[in-house]
Amino acid sequence: MTSILTPVLTDNWGDERAWTLASYEARGGYDALKKALTMAPDDIISAVKDSGLRGRGGAGFPTGMKWSFIPQDNPKPKYLVVNADESEPGTCKDIPLMMASPHTLVEGVIISSFAIRGNKAFIYIRGEVLHVIRRVQAAVAEAYAAGHLGTNIHGSGYDLDIVVHAGAGAYICGEETALLEGLEGRRGQPRLRPPFPAVAGLYASPTVINNVESIASVPSIVGNGAEWFASMGTEKSKGFGIFSLSGHVNRPGQYEAPLGITLRELVDLAGGIRAGHQLKFWTPGGSSTPLLTAEHLDLPLDFEGMAGAGTMLGTRALQLFDETVCVVRAVLRWTEFYKHESCGKCTPCREGTWWLVQTLAALEKGQGSESDLDLLLDQCDNILGRSFCALGDGATSPITSSIKHFRDEYLAHLTHGGCPFDASRSTAWAGLEAMA
Amino acid sequence: MTSAITDETYAELESIAARYPQPRSGLLPMLHLVQSAQGRITPEGIEACADILGISAAEVSGVATFYTMYKRKPVGDYHVGVCTNTLCAVMGGDEIFARLKDHLDVGNDETTTDGKVTLEHLECNAACDYAPVMMVNWEFMDNQTPQSAVALVDDLRSGKEVTSTRGPRICTWREAERVLAGFPDGRVDEGPAAGPASLVGLGIARERGWTAPDRDQGDGGHGVPEQPAQAVEGARVSDDKQAEQAAVEEKAPTTTTAAEKEDAE
Ligand SMILES: Cc1cc2nc3c(=O)[nH]c(=O)nc-3n(C[C@H](O)[C@H](O)[C@H](O)COP(=O)(O)O)c2cc1C
Ligand code: SF4
Ligand code: FES
Repeated sequence: MTSILTPVLTDNWGDERAWTLASYEARGGYDALKKALTMAPDDIISAVKDSGLRGRGGAGFPTGMKWSFIPQDNPKPKYLVVNADESEPGTCKDIPLMMASPHTLVEGVIISSFAIRGNKAFIYIRGEVLHVIRRVQAAVAEAYAAGHLGTNIHGSGYDLDIVVHAGAGAYICGEETALLEGLEGRRGQPRLRPPFPAVAGLYASPTVINNVESIASVPSIVGNGAEWFASMGTEKSKGFGIFSLSGHVNRPGQYEAPLGITLRELVDLAGGIRAGHQLKFWTPGGSSTPLLTAEHLDLPLDFEGMAGAGTMLGTRALQLFDETVCVVRAVLRWTEFYKHESCGKCTPCREGTWWLVQTLAALEKGQGSESDLDLLLDQCDNILGRSFCALGDGATSPITSSIKHFRDEYLAHLTHGGCPFDASRSTAWAGLEAMA
Repeated sequence: MTSAITDETYAELESIAARYPQPRSGLLPMLHLVQSAQGRITPEGIEACADILGISAAEVSGVATFYTMYKRKPVGDYHVGVCTNTLCAVMGGDEIFARLKDHLDVGNDETTTDGKVTLEHLECNAACDYAPVMMVNWEFMDNQTPQSAVALVDDLRSGKEVTSTRGPRICTWREAERVLAGFPDGRVDEGPAAGPASLVGLGIARERGWTAPDRDQGDGGHGVPEQPAQAVEGARVSDDKQAEQAAVEEKAPTTTTAAEKEDAE
């Protein structure tokens, strides 16, 4: 029997006190660390390369390759920085992972730091998740007490310290170089690349920055082997990932499956779209990934499958919207988000997102003319590829993709003199009122 | 009016800076501690940070104004956030936010006259599978409705103890800021490991006997456990929306639908 879902990272989330060291170790936690400490660091990097693990933070860069870019002949300290900023709209996997099983991340940090020969690691967690921060702080403290952290870890001669760092509210700090600025106590504005962080990152030292889920996958790769990991997934998108379903499905939540699963399979498992409604549009990997429609239900959710449909796998943040939802309203709200979060460093994004909101807001009110759609596309054209970082590019995704798939709906706002939808029909309680 | 930074707070600010290879890295958590000690970002707090880090007050100020969690105006005992990013907005966050503004008679980023509640709309808080989402002092309040939101702020204002839907008892905003600065408060073991939505996929896998492949190819420790966790089974059932709807019809109380049930009635 094939397993459609393959819990690995989520496997212990239902355990009694799963966040504690005792619970984690009771099911073999930190065994992978002990194994790693007997390996040559380069062999760990090779294993991660061979596994085919690609970054789980959105871009899908091969993790092992990123680690191998760290210049080991550079005399400066090497750093590992975990990106736990999780703020891309729709993305909600790293936060439950750290709340339920922070030790999976901590073990991953230790193994990964050992592999790149770093003696100091940072976990940068968005500040708006208090209990998650408590859990990670406590896991780090427990790991010290158990000798998994500190000096001469388990007699290996290897030293590592971890600092848990709370951010303070800024989506842009998920962008890796802006995150480094935040971690250096500055305004979170992206840095020019090159130099890439692998060469000159934190404190201008060689730095690996990885997503929570990427690092949390490392213990399973070291423990079970690269082939085990690579036996899941598709040819170029190996392994498993957490798929986050939200919106108009009957059972929203976290579903861990091999990459390449389809949305149709996931929606089936989630009990279907809410009763009496149909899927209208969805994001494959957060609001920065171009929207798809019901036409795309059978595409493999892997890096290639999504690129083939003109979008991106992103963070597997599957936000599902049914036919009650006005796509213009949805896109306007995301655009307001990008405008709010634009760090202001470059003109195309700072000014462009402002103009996008102006144009979209007017259209949503039914003001303007059909030519404003071309104006919007033109504004997007002036942002995409001209912005300093990927936030600006991402801001254009919902707009261009929604005009592509739902041009008529924009026009309906003009003919209707405003939004033709009844927003109250979309709420979580809309169906229940009708039943009462 | 604010008072001076106490010697104790000053020493704690220094201890934050000392966690890092370069002291300035401590600035974000230091500003969280300033908010904890002073109730907001104060000129005195900015001076203290600048003094400790050897940078100008203008530099500290420039950082403080960049991040949305830092507040120049005093914040109430309870910072109440309503997610109005697209997914939550559509699922009802817009209605909840409108109802709360009306009920509390405040605008966005304003505090009630009794100084208890500061209301703010939020961007996506990484909890979309629990939409519509609210946060109280950065603790999750999942699956809210206008009615549950009103009840929540009323409880907060009347001093009733409130517990996060998948977390601990709610502390005050200033106490929360202290934890963010890196000083744990001992509440880590409160609340569950995961909320029901976090466990749905796992519950289905357990029910159907689905697992990751055996670790034939490896010899390490991260295998697939033999024993399904009992907590998961329970969680899955209570999150089953069909079961939920049946529960609403039967007027039977279930944890996740209590608020929705109220609405339905
Ligand atoms: C605006 C913006 C926000 C981002 N937010 C996050 C985030 O919250 N978490 C994350 O891991 N990566 C985020 N990224 C991607 C990071 O820049 C980086 O690619 C990633 O952390 C690398 O880790 P990975 O290779 O393990 O995926 C963001 C990128 C941009 C442009
Ligand atoms: S694209 Fe936007 S977020 Fe990125 S550097 Fe430019 S202004 Fe800042
Ligand atoms: S959109 Fe509200 S938590 Fe994600």
